[in-house]
Amino acid sequence: MSSLSLTFSRPVDAPAPPDGPAVSMRGVVKRFASVVAVNGLELEVPTGVCYGLLGPNGAGKSTAMRILTGQAHADAGSIEVLGYRLPAESKLARARMGVCPQESNLDVDLRVRDVLSVFARLYRVPSCERAAAVERALALAGLESRALDRAVTLSGGMQRRLLIGRALIHKPDLVLLDEPTVGLDPQVRQELWSLILALRDEGATVLMSTHYIEEAERLADRVAIVSAGRVVAEGLPADLVRAHAGREVVDVRGSASELAALQRQAQAAGLPTRPSGPALTYLRAETLDGQVPDGVRRSPTLEDVFVSLTGDYVE
Amino acid sequence: MMRVSGSGRIEPAALSAVWIREWTVFLYYWRTRTFAAVVEPVIMLVAFGLGFGRLVSHIGGIPYIQFVGTGAVATAVLFSAVFSAMFDSLYKRRYQRVYDAMLAAPVDVDELVTGEVLFLGVRAGVYGLAPLLVAFLFGLPPAPAMVLVPLVGALTGIGFAALGMLFAASATTFDDLSYVISGVITPLFLVAGTFFPLQRLPDWLRTFALFNPLYHCVELIRHCAFGLRPGADLVHMAALVAFGLMAWWLAVWRTRGRLIV
Repeated sequence: MSSLSLTFSRPVDAPAPPDGPAVSMRGVVKRFASVVAVNGLELEVPTGVCYGLLGPNGAGKSTAMRILTGQAHADAGSIEVLGYRLPAESKLARARMGVCPQESNLDVDLRVRDVLSVFARLYRVPSCERAAAVERALALAGLESRALDRAVTLSGGMQRRLLIGRALIHKPDLVLLDEPTVGLDPQVRQELWSLILALRDEGATVLMSTHYIEEAERLADRVAIVSAGRVVAEGLPADLVRAHAGREVVDVRGSASELAALQRQAQAAGLPTRPSGPALTYLRAETLDGQVPDGVRRSPTLEDVFVSLTGDYVE
Repeated sequence: MMRVSGSGRIEPAALSAVWIREWTVFLYYWRTRTFAAVVEPVIMLVAFGLGFGRLVSHIGGIPYIQFVGTGAVATAVLFSAVFSAMFDSLYKRRYQRVYDAMLAAPVDVDELVTGEVLFLGVRAGVYGLAPLLVAFLFGLPPAPAMVLVPLVGALTGIGFAALGMLFAASATTFDDLSYVISGVITPLFLVAGTFFPLQRLPDWLRTFALFNPLYHCVELIRHCAFGLRPGADLVHMAALVAFGLMAWWLAVWRTRGRLIV
């Protein structure tokens, strides 16, 4: 597999990024019949950062993404993207936004170059810049050697890279990545992570939804943990860990019945714990002298924070 | 630097981008799509013309094969526009999801629908020429007004493409389209004066034909071939314009309901 090129720069004549946040969602609610997918979402994504929207499947992340692209209209709340109010000015926002969806929506019957060329037009890349934009997107996606192959013949990882290249064809100020590495093997995931970090380093704002803890920890400058359609915690990953899990945690292993008994005791004593598979994890262990059974001491992670806040297990 | 207007306006740049996408895809499949759209009406023309034509020599003073030839033009327009719109649109929305990708770009639903409908309409106008050319081989005399046939075909095709997109937006699976094909398209096709005149049909069927856009298309094409009738043709043209606008509006409305939740 060819390595990804990491060159990405905004056109000199593009409008300057807004002074305010790249994305602002205030009290956003979205219902589908009786299901409340987004329930008072408050989100503010600063310009120029890689921002992780971390949550389990069904937390409302993809719905929030669709609201930002104007493909879902919120029932309540206010939304601004790159300074444009949605949904009224959605089209203006979309012109400066690139989107990589969770599920492929490629024109798979077209050749790779044609896929990019079509979207260069849809994103209004001027005709004199179109050929260069296609070549740059091919290089970004590392697909120069497959330019004349039909997209359907690409592997899953290559199709994902093509989706990202397509999203970047017009050098957007804001890139929305909805679960960008779901279903990909570790090697491809590493390559995409490098690409995402390169985007951020070049000044683009990246808003990435994921249910992979490791992905959020490695890529995101800031993280919002989403559960049941609302943000339950937000901040720098290290701050979130410190605030919600302390400096040290202890994993205590045991049988299911032993762990259940330990959890009951911990709850009765008011000790912060969270289940973690075959163990019970005691959070903020540094403050629980003498109260924690013997176990493996380790540094806390974002997963400890997430599970302690939401009760959901994430990958 | 790109220029984009706010939502609510149909922009030529968005239309041309949608159009170019359709054209790019068409270049991959033009052989199969053209074969299907052209050969079927031509086969109908030959089969009805040579087979039924031995039983009916003239209709209204027109040799039957030429009567059918002009009717087959409208059939080609109908089939190429409505079937492509129905099946392609449902595929792109439901299975390929390419509409989602297009709407993430600065393209609105009305621009998407309009661009696709215009492309399919123009293509239908071109495909409609195939039966006309075959009819020439069967003795249809060329007439100056025949240069209007592609325009009539395109106008009709735009309406039927929009109707196809409306049906596609109302369908959940390809099987759902069977209701439309049997319950709507076939009656429109048969009660339009393509293969037999409507004069001897019951009154209610003739009344139905007045609301059939394909009937107005058939009449216009016959008049292009055998002599224009300005007063009647303006009415036919107005009927096609009204049909096109109504179908387009409904297609935009229904497609928006499907794509923007």
